[in-house]
Amino acid sequence: MPAVEATTPTIRKTALNAVHRQMGAKMVAFNGWDMPVEYPASGGIMAEHNAVRTGAGIFDVSHMGDIGLSGPEALAAVQHISMNDASRLAVGQAQYSALLYPQGTFVDDVIVHRLGEAEYLLVINAGTREKDFNWVRDHTRQFNCKVEHLSDEFTQIAIQGPKGVQILQKLTDADLAGVKFYWVTRGTVCGLNNILIARTGYTGEDGFEIYIPADQRISVGVWNEVLAAGKEFGAIACGLGARNTLRLEAKLPLYGHEISDTINVWEAGLDRFIKMEKPDFIGRAALEKAKGDGLNKTLVGLEMVERGIARDGYKVLDPGGTEIGYVTSGSPAPFLKKNIALAYVPPSSAGLGTEVKVEIRGQAVVAQVVPTPFYKRPKAKS
Amino acid sequence: MPYPTDLKYTKEHEWIKVDGSSATVGITDYAQDSLGDIVFVDLPKPGSEITAGKTFGTVESVKAVSDLYAPATGTVTEVNGDLATAPEKINKDANHTWMLKVALKNPAELGGLLSAADYEKFVSEEGGH
Repeated sequence: MPAVEATTPTIRKTALNAVHRQMGAKMVAFNGWDMPVEYPASGGIMAEHNAVRTGAGIFDVSHMGDIGLSGPEALAAVQHISMNDASRLAVGQAQYSALLYPQGTFVDDVIVHRLGEAEYLLVINAGTREKDFNWVRDHTRQFNCKVEHLSDEFTQIAIQGPKGVQILQKLTDADLAGVKFYWVTRGTVCGLNNILIARTGYTGEDGFEIYIPADQRISVGVWNEVLAAGKEFGAIACGLGARNTLRLEAKLPLYGHEISDTINVWEAGLDRFIKMEKPDFIGRAALEKAKGDGLNKTLVGLEMVERGIARDGYKVLDPGGTEIGYVTSGSPAPFLKKNIALAYVPPSSAGLGTEVKVEIRGQAVVAQVVPTPFYKRPKAKS
Repeated sequence: MPYPTDLKYTKEHEWIKVDGSSATVGITDYAQDSLGDIVFVDLPKPGSEITAGKTFGTVESVKAVSDLYAPATGTVTEVNGDLATAPEKINKDANHTWMLKVALKNPAELGGLLSAADYEKFVSEEGGH
């Protein structure tokens, strides 16, 4: 039980840091941020995870970064640096996409929001903020477009789960029923005007993410109001621990795990989010070539058959014990009540039902390739 | 959380309760609290030897894997089978949920372990919360 506390020289805090501590959250260093991993008062990771699946959970995700692109050639700039087709976005619409290196691997995955005729917001990962901003700035210089690093402007609060819409509706004049998944709107939230409200998230559930001014007093006020509004729906504060298990059940990739600067789009299985037919973009040529070459590895879902939990970095073996791949994310799945993992294996071992083994502390433990996402939310009635 | 005074403690957060030449072993309330929801416990089989200061198994929460360190040397005589299906029992009452029963090889070596008061002082310094 070594209690290792990483001490980074510049540990960053969100505007809600003091509130998390007051609430008794367990804090961890995550990509240079001092963030809540779980709230024992909420019941811990499993309770938080299941609250999001069945009711709602409230997350501080202010560590996420934001890049604004605006101006006459903003669309051309976004198209050049991202793999999805931003020209298909209506004003108010968002899409999952990625910034790619010329070799077709990942700078980061992003959500591209079209906020105005020629105004885009890229929401990026915490650990890649500076890298992403520099990349975007350096590779859009040829366009008539302003690039702004807006990461420190916002406190980002995620209200996730089937009850999220009812909770947020209590606090805003925006008609949330009219906002479809992966669309955004603006409205008054907790008395604050013109707040960006996005029907997005990283949990596999319906939900919203709101972007409020990073001012501490304002942020704390909104956080407390959201929690209070959620009380009647059983909403609880949730930390990064539940955020990770939720996204894993839904097979949402995490940078540094399923995607990285050494993994390409085809390997990651994100074909659905790349539009090869759109105008040229960084990474396209290499991916065109890679497509012809075929895959060396592919991302699969595993479910443990024998007793054991696969963890990030564990080796995947074939039934004979030869190493064939590695686990990118592995954990108990609190809602599914199974031990699941995502792993890279050769295509020959990727077929559904294929038996593999995961090396857990020197023991080869049997697992099986299963369909993904592991969890898919029930279809909304509306 | 008051730690029972009839137990001895390690700095790795295990406890041992000695009864003559046999003993029971578990992890402390501080350990379960640090780990969070415990979902898996991997323990040696009866008949295995454990060695003071060496790992004898692992305990896993949703987030983390932690090694278990033997507070004493001896032979495992019994394993708490309930923990295979209900590891969360440790979260509910760590100081009284045993993992192993051990026939001690050298009960005298337990003198180096912490008393309840010393352990409580140790975790209050380590935890800092």
